[in-house]
Amino acid sequence: MILGSTAAGSILLKACGSDPSTTASPGASPAASTAASTSASGNTVKVGILHSLSGTMAISEKSVVDAENLAIEEINQAGGVLGKQIEAIIEDGNSDWPTFAEKAKKLIDQDKVATVFGCWTSASRKAVLPVFESKNSLLWYPVQYEGQECSKNVFYTGAAPNQQIEPSVDWLLENKGKEFFLVGSDYVFPRTANTIIKAQLAAKGGKTVGEDYVPLGSTEVKSVIQKIKQALPNGGVIYNSLNGDSNVAFFKELQASGLGPDKYPSMSVSIAEEEVKAIGVDYLQGHYAAWNYFQTVNSPASTKFVEAFKAKYGSDRVVNDPMEAAYIMVYLWKQSVEKAGTYEDLEKVKTAAYGQTFDAPQGKITMNSNHHLSKFVRIGEVGEDSLFKIVYETKEAVKPVPWNQFVTDTKGFACDWSDPAKGGKYKTT
Amino acid sequence: MLSGLLDGIFSGISLGSVLLLAALGLAIVFGLMGVINMAHGELMMLGAYTTYMVQNALKGTPLFGIYIFIALIAAFIVTAIFGLVLERGVIRYLYGRPLETLLATWGVSLILQQLVRSVSWQLVTIVALFCLLFFGAMWIVARRTDFERARGWFLAIMIPLSAAAAIATGNVLGTLYKPAFTKLWFDARNVDVTAPKWLRGGFPIAGTQFSYARIFIIVLTIACVVGVYWFLNNTPWGLRIRAVTQNRTMSACLGIPTKKVDALTFALGSGLAGLAGCAVSLLGSVGPNTGQNYIVDTFMVVVVGGVGKLAGSIIAALAIGTANYLIGSNTLVDLTAPIKPLSDTFAFFSTISMAKVLVFALIIAFLQFRPGGLFPQKGRTVDA
Repeated sequence: MILGSTAAGSILLKACGSDPSTTASPGASPAASTAASTSASGNTVKVGILHSLSGTMAISEKSVVDAENLAIEEINQAGGVLGKQIEAIIEDGNSDWPTFAEKAKKLIDQDKVATVFGCWTSASRKAVLPVFESKNSLLWYPVQYEGQECSKNVFYTGAAPNQQIEPSVDWLLENKGKEFFLVGSDYVFPRTANTIIKAQLAAKGGKTVGEDYVPLGSTEVKSVIQKIKQALPNGGVIYNSLNGDSNVAFFKELQASGLGPDKYPSMSVSIAEEEVKAIGVDYLQGHYAAWNYFQTVNSPASTKFVEAFKAKYGSDRVVNDPMEAAYIMVYLWKQSVEKAGTYEDLEKVKTAAYGQTFDAPQGKITMNSNHHLSKFVRIGEVGEDSLFKIVYETKEAVKPVPWNQFVTDTKGFACDWSDPAKGGKYKTT
Repeated sequence: MLSGLLDGIFSGISLGSVLLLAALGLAIVFGLMGVINMAHGELMMLGAYTTYMVQNALKGTPLFGIYIFIALIAAFIVTAIFGLVLERGVIRYLYGRPLETLLATWGVSLILQQLVRSVSWQLVTIVALFCLLFFGAMWIVARRTDFERARGWFLAIMIPLSAAAAIATGNVLGTLYKPAFTKLWFDARNVDVTAPKWLRGGFPIAGTQFSYARIFIIVLTIACVVGVYWFLNNTPWGLRIRAVTQNRTMSACLGIPTKKVDALTFALGSGLAGLAGCAVSLLGSVGPNTGQNYIVDTFMVVVVGGVGKLAGSIIAALAIGTANYLIGSNTLVDLTAPIKPLSDTFAFFSTISMAKVLVFALIIAFLQFRPGGLFPQKGRTVDA
């Protein structure tokens, strides 16, 4: 998701791709690689973990690494994969997209990892995509994103727009009102998301009364609040795709201006348990967020996940949706490898992955042949304990639609990698 | 209409006062001393983190209701001391060399950002021990008369020796008192400063609501401006600061201790940055990048206002704040509604991102006509 800029991503990549000397850059700070689990036997499977451990994105990505390490540790304790222990090679993408591409090359060429778990922002994913495609390697990507992509070298375990944004808009239309004000950070994810929302509102009898974008990281949101007051004098729905620090300023200002959740309920797509802690629950109580998983999901798998995480990292930690997606993608990889009987032949691993199911903390999920997961959609209300009270959840897992059906450019397209004739983008009708 | 107008005036002043508070310290450091302090934003960040720590320390005690005042004092003292160390340790060697100052302070800003991400008792112990050993040894050896000749040898031996001793001690203590000693103080995550109850919410007036936090910042800004004016104009040290600003050499000749004045001025500017950091923590969250959001805006204010004049900074901050607000909200669009093309133009610029673009364009245009800013320095003293 987030920070994604298709154009910027591809420009950065062009710069990298045209320079063969960066390939396999062995000098790229080997000190940064640390073996998370060491096995004395040497009989290990190497996997790569590629996230930002420093820089602005470290805030979010570090906890995703924690979740991945937890899954790897659990698998190793249960006997590993195909009888071998998993050895994680952790690389720091430094919140810098060319570094992501460079580290991806290093993991594939030098460490010869079986697969890579990594990335958070769409920009970093777009930056590593050509690396994984040209070397025909495999990336698992754990974050909800704007869709409009379906690479045969990536498995997307976060939500596609139809598994987060679209159901939440439907829910708001039904329960909270028809008039929407859209607020977002100024880059591709919120803009794409809002394009989808506007099309959806137009199709379903809602109304977009205004939309505004705040530069990433900006904390001056006063004029947005003013516009919301003007456009919705008697209350209405705020759809919030702001990211990072702007959220804090936005909710503080919202409260100070007297726009409470009773008249101005807001739906956020980038606020999870960790962000609630960071923003302060006093400002957020009563507002809504849409995700596939909340820590409060009541199921044995969820309880087990939360307890295992707290036991390993401390009882003050919380888990959130991207962490859950990161946790399950390690297990999905393990299951696919075991079904395929090999971790080296990626074609076999990929084929084995289609139709894999897993009792995830959010419920039973399935990997589809379009490389996205069928997931449950949930809407949570922030309660006074900083956790989400789940007010809506789908009975069944929602099938993923990577190519958006509200946007004219991609309407009628779908993705199916199990059929060589169809591939990443084919016309359904 | 009345409530819209009131809101507009209030919001403009409020945006301007945040800018002014953030820029006030820089107006002194950059304006009066000519030091391009890229670490100004990070000093604000330190102030914000101090606020966070005071808040945590007072949670649950009866003082919590007024913790913000204690935090203001603490933030001022912490950042002023830090500024003093920075001036004594780095900047005083670089006076008159703006390019080196720029690079050095930028380096300091990066160090500070990483520091709050990775600071723990272990790190503090290592750094403190290193300083103690190294500077202690230096202090002892420096009294020998042949020190200058042996300086190279001394450095070559003492730096690795002190570092090794400090790191070893740090690691041993780290393993002995494991979680508590190595636990990060803040982490890379943003932390949350929650305003006390009486600062949350707003003051309802004529159908609109003025946020208490904003009113608090406006009052604080006024207090700071008045305080700085009083200090500069009515105290002996203020007189000396003004004298050094106008003509450093002449002041030195007349017996003013210019080095002390420099240190004091820089500490004052840093302390004001700390106050600003405390104030902005009420608006947004506190994180390692907090300062970076403000650094460009603060320089803009000082440059537009005219380097060396506080009055210029005040007017510039209010003007930029109000312009940002008027363009970014729909106010101008509504006002010019009868003239269609004009209102369409304003509608195009009426998002926060685009408002910034237009304000920058206006500033560039303005500086074409008045390169010295609103109140340029007059006379031959400019490059003193």
